[in-house]
Amino acid sequence: MAEIRVENLHKSFGAFAAVRDSTFSVPDGDFFCLLGPSGCGKTTTLRMIAGLELPTSGRILLGSEDVTFKRASQRDIAFVFQLFALYPHMNVRTNIAYPLRSQGMLRDEVSRRVDEAARILRITHLLDRSVSGLSSGDRQRVALGRAIVREPMAFLLDEPLGALDAEFRDVMCGELRALHDRLKATTVYVTHDQLEAMAMADTIALMNHGMVEQLGTPQDIYDRPASLFVADFIGSPPMSFLPFRGRVAPGDRTVRLDGVDIALPELREGTQDTELVLGVRPEHIELSGDAHLRAEIIDAEYMGTTQIVTLNTAAGASVKARIAADISVTPGGQTGLTFRPELLSLFERASGRALRTALHDRGARG
Amino acid sequence: MAELLLSGVTKRFGATVAVEELDLRVGNGEFLVLLGPTGAGKTTTLRLVAGLEKPDAGTVRLAGRDVTRDPPAARDTAFVFQQYSLYPHLTVYDNLAFPLRSPARREPEDRVRTRVDEIARLLHIEDKLGNRATQLSGGQMQRVAIGRALVRRPAIYLMDEPLSSLDAKLRAELRVELKRLQRQLGTTILYVTHDQTEAMTMATHIGVLDQGRMVQIGSPREIYADPVNAYVAARLGSPAINFLPRSLCPDVVAPTETATIGVRTEHVRIRKSVNGGAVGRVKWIEHLGDQNHLHVMIADTEVVTLCDRNAGLAVGDAVDVDLTAPLFFAAGGERLRLC
Repeated sequence: MAEIRVENLHKSFGAFAAVRDSTFSVPDGDFFCLLGPSGCGKTTTLRMIAGLELPTSGRILLGSEDVTFKRASQRDIAFVFQLFALYPHMNVRTNIAYPLRSQGMLRDEVSRRVDEAARILRITHLLDRSVSGLSSGDRQRVALGRAIVREPMAFLLDEPLGALDAEFRDVMCGELRALHDRLKATTVYVTHDQLEAMAMADTIALMNHGMVEQLGTPQDIYDRPASLFVADFIGSPPMSFLPFRGRVAPGDRTVRLDGVDIALPELREGTQDTELVLGVRPEHIELSGDAHLRAEIIDAEYMGTTQIVTLNTAAGASVKARIAADISVTPGGQTGLTFRPELLSLFERASGRALRTALHDRGARG
Repeated sequence: MAELLLSGVTKRFGATVAVEELDLRVGNGEFLVLLGPTGAGKTTTLRLVAGLEKPDAGTVRLAGRDVTRDPPAARDTAFVFQQYSLYPHLTVYDNLAFPLRSPARREPEDRVRTRVDEIARLLHIEDKLGNRATQLSGGQMQRVAIGRALVRRPAIYLMDEPLSSLDAKLRAELRVELKRLQRQLGTTILYVTHDQTEAMTMATHIGVLDQGRMVQIGSPREIYADPVNAYVAARLGSPAINFLPRSLCPDVVAPTETATIGVRTEHVRIRKSVNGGAVGRVKWIEHLGDQNHLHVMIADTEVVTLCDRNAGLAVGDAVDVDLTAPLFFAAGGERLRLC
């Protein structure tokens, strides 16, 4: 097991910079998610760590060893692809054993490791089956088994659940996290699905345009998004944005929006008179008939425990609120909005950057 | 105009009974979602309506006409598949126009244009009409696939998990769009999914299937609040309903045959124990950003509920547990009620 360090990593394909000056480290034993939309550079970053691409500049360290220009086969890491790359003519046991056999490992040791991997993944009963008859979930378990048996220093997974049905994805999310808790192996996991990342990761690096936009725990990224991009990418539904023009100063505890004073965490920095954006998470909004900030109810989506209400403010901002399902709402009606002040975010519109507030005082910890 | 009526429909594949004695009515303008896990018979039901399968028994009536023996083309239905099946060499416009230009219909070209433009606007793809189908993102392709069904005005739309291949964000967007379209156009839709969120948010009615049989049919609120058995109760709700053995809750007044007590997250009150008479212990708290899942052990049974981030609970805390609106189930899973 080992720490992975990425220093000033840069990768260009012709004129296109896929990864730009990325620096981060994955602590030993961490479940680390590279998250972002397609084209953000997450898979390219993973492939460089694996040795499947060479960086244009920068360094990659595995443990204490510089592996930047080592071949993939000389790095002690296992890679699991999105599409189950199994040998269709071999059965499950032979597929899992393959990486060990090709290293020339002794038969008894191979057999011991395959049995152990199968037990962890609960596929012992499938060992003698042909892989072609397996369900997609079981195929992905076999692919994971082939990675586990090598007992590598790190696992790299490239959207391993992307090809599964939503139903299976939830189950496999739980299994992958449980597997990680048992093996405690350093894992770098690439996904575009924020729910997967939130459910499994110790640390998330959210990438955009080839750069790491924010790095932190899931809760940290959720509560303290560093930019409008992060706030919009994380959460289902994502953060709602209320744009307004104003000027703020350090020490301010309210902002004036559509003529209404809104309390928020005390500001630690100020701005000139400029375009600002107030950000509020759906579960921090309450509907209250007599509140001053007015909105029209557009739609309500019933979810059982909760419902998601879509509203338009008088100034035209679209807001989504998550409230208890037993509160009656009528599309077309008017209501007032109140926000839970202690978790509001404030952004500068032009740069997209979050302004520092009391919310950031506690540092990167929840 | 369009009512779908299945009566006593049975379909076997060899020894497997995929659909058994199914009665189902989809009224005009209804959005009926068939919900169930893999193998429940959802897709087979849809294919029986489309005419892609022939029933072994029973009848299928569409808009007042018996279509049981009709071939697919003679039935007035439009099918949307899970995987967008577009013509890659055609533009978005030509893909959308394709069903209207089929030799059986021969719509005049100006009518085709009016209809395609209208549907493209509804689906927010009007600026993509000149693009080749392959130049689109996954979400756009699936919108075109849905649009290709919508350009026609069939008696009923049949949709087989049309959103399941999309990522979570797009699924959420298209859920809202599909529901809006259905309301605006007043169309009749029979929709198949295993995703409870899709069923809850879009359906006017949900039909829950179990091993080829219809277990319960009703509005999303009815199905959620008043399930007929433990199977239905477990299909809806996130986190899922908790099932506790009767013996763990001696203080709860319940019908005598009660074997299991079901409680949803909003019906569990958990407080830190102050006087030592605690029934449970906090096992762990899962932080998912918008939700915190509190896992509490009551003897050997784990109860999962949503908890407020400021609830002041920590792992290892002894807690009191109150159940506010429990549901009662017999040993076989059927629902019991207090008289």
